[in-house]
Amino acid sequence: MNSVKIEDLRKKYGNVNALDGLNIQVDSGSVFGFLGPNGAGKTTTLRILAGLAQADSGSIFFGSENTSKSGTDQKARLGYLPEEPAFYGWMSPREYLDYVGKIFKLEAKERQLRVDQLLEKSGLKEAAKRRIAGFSRGMRQRLGIAQALMNHPSLLLLDEPVSALDPAGRKEVLEMIEGLSSECTVIMSSHILADVERVCDTVGIINKGKLITQAKKQDLLDRYAIPALEITTSNGSASLMPEWKLRLEKLPAITGVTVEGYRFHLAVKDVHTSQQEVMQDALHHNVTFEKLEVVKPSLEDIFMQLTGSLK
Amino acid sequence: MNFITAFNKEFLEQRRTRKFLIALVVLVLFGMTSPLMAKMTPQIMTMVPGGEAFVGMIPEPTINDAVAQYIKNIIQFGVLLALVFTMGSITIEKDKGTAAMILSKPMPRGSFLLAKFTSLALTFIIAVVIAGVAAYYYTYFLFGQMNILNWITLNGLIVLYILVYIAITLLYSTLTRTQYVAIGLSFGTLIFLGILGSLPGFGINLPDALISNASLLMSGYPVTNWTGLWVSLGIIVVSITTAWLVFRKQEL
Repeated sequence: MNSVKIEDLRKKYGNVNALDGLNIQVDSGSVFGFLGPNGAGKTTTLRILAGLAQADSGSIFFGSENTSKSGTDQKARLGYLPEEPAFYGWMSPREYLDYVGKIFKLEAKERQLRVDQLLEKSGLKEAAKRRIAGFSRGMRQRLGIAQALMNHPSLLLLDEPVSALDPAGRKEVLEMIEGLSSECTVIMSSHILADVERVCDTVGIINKGKLITQAKKQDLLDRYAIPALEITTSNGSASLMPEWKLRLEKLPAITGVTVEGYRFHLAVKDVHTSQQEVMQDALHHNVTFEKLEVVKPSLEDIFMQLTGSLK
Repeated sequence: MNFITAFNKEFLEQRRTRKFLIALVVLVLFGMTSPLMAKMTPQIMTMVPGGEAFVGMIPEPTINDAVAQYIKNIIQFGVLLALVFTMGSITIEKDKGTAAMILSKPMPRGSFLLAKFTSLALTFIIAVVIAGVAAYYYTYFLFGQMNILNWITLNGLIVLYILVYIAITLLYSTLTRTQYVAIGLSFGTLIFLGILGSLPGFGINLPDALISNASLLMSGYPVTNWTGLWVSLGIIVVSITTAWLVFRKQEL
C-alpha cells in the first residue's frame, strides 16, 4: 500500500487553471473521497496520477518516491478506472482481463486465476464469453473496476466509479470499494456525495483547482456541525414547490436548498434565524407544510457550504 | 515483453474485425485475375460494341502485360486498404478512450504504436505473399515461366511501398484528432509524392521508384539506382519515430 502526497500541482489548459497549486495528502490504506463541483479539477488530478496527462509543475509522491514523471514502474502499482471506461468491443471480458494481466506480466496460471476471481467479483461470470460491444453501461463499469484490480494495485484511482450503475449495482460496488481499504489506498472521485459519505474515511474537497479542505470524514462532519433544516410538505403543495425553492434559496440565513420528493433539505447559517425566515415566508405566501425539523448536516451540506455551490 | 502482448492483440483485432480477411481476399483476387485480365484483353475487346475494329491493333499479350496489370492492381488496392485500415488506428483509440485504459498500465507508448504498425505490416505481407503466389501460378499457366527471384523481389518492393503509406497514415493518425483528417492528409501526401515523382530526374528518389524498379527487374533490365528504396525506408523510420515522439507527450 502506498500513501500519496500531491504538492503544489499546477495544470493549465489554455487560459484555464485546471489545477492551481493543489496539495493533498492521502494516507496509506485510506479510502479518500475526492469531491468538487464540475470542472473543479478532480478528473485532471486523477489523469495526472495515472500518467495520462502531465502537470505543468508540482510533485507527486507515492510513498517516499517522487513520481512526477510517471513511468511504467509506477504504473505497475496503479489501478485506474476512468469516468467512462472504454473497451475493445470485439473482445470478451475474459479476453480483455487476460490482456490486461499480460500487460502486468502475470504468469499464465496466476492470470487465469485472477481473471476468474474478478469475473466472479464483478458479476460478469455469465457474460465472460460475450462480446463487450453488447454490454450495458453498468456491465462496462463493473468490467472497468475488474480491470483496475487486475494487478492487486497498491493505489486505486476511481473516477466516478458508480455513476453509471443501478441502485443494486451501486450497492455492490460500494461494498467492494469499502472492502478494498485493507488491500490498497483508494482515491475515488464522485459527485454522489452520499456514496462518498458511505465508503470514504477521508474527504478532500476541491474547487477551481485548489484544495478547500481535507479531513477525516467524521472530523469534517463535526467541524461543520451546523445543523440543517428539513421541511416535509403535503402532497397538495407540489405545484408550489419550484417557486418556493427559489424563494428559500434567497433567504439570508439559508446557504443551500435541495429537493427530494416532497422534502426540502436546507443548509443553514443559523438554525434559529433560518427557522423564523422559513416560517415567515410560508405564512406570507400561504404555503403549508407537514413538518419542519432540525437535522444533522450531511456531507452534501458541508460540500455546498464550502464550495458555495448554491450561494 | 509488452510489445509482443500488444502485437498479439493488434493482430487478433485485425482477424476479428475482418481487416485481415478483406486484405487477403481483395489482394489475392487481384493477384489471380491480373494475369487472366491481361490474357483476355483482346477477347474482351471483341465483346465491346465497336471493339472489333481494335482487335488487330492490340498486340498479343505477354508476361510483361500480366506483370504490369498485377503491379497496378495490387498497388492501387493495397495502398487504398492500407490507408483505410490505418487512418483510425490511433485517433479512434484516443477518441474512444481505449488508449487511456491501456496506457495507464505499464504499456510503453512506443510498444503500443509499433505493435499497430507491425501488425498491419504482417497483414499486408501475408496478403501480398499469397497474392504473389496466386499471380505467379496463373501467369505461369497462361504465359509461361518467370524469374522467381525477380518475382520475389517485386513483391518485396510492393510490400515496402504499402508500408510507406501505412507509416505515413499512422503518423497522421497520431497527429490529428479524427480519422478523416488522417486519411485526407495521407491521400494528399500520395498525390503530392505522385506529382513530385513525375518531375524529370526526381522520381527515382521517391517511393514510386520502387514500382518502376520492380517493373524494370521483371522486364529483365538491371536496376542501378536504389535511392528510392533507401528513401522509402527512411520515410518509414522517420514517420514512426515522429509518431512516437509526439504520442509519448500527448495527453489522453
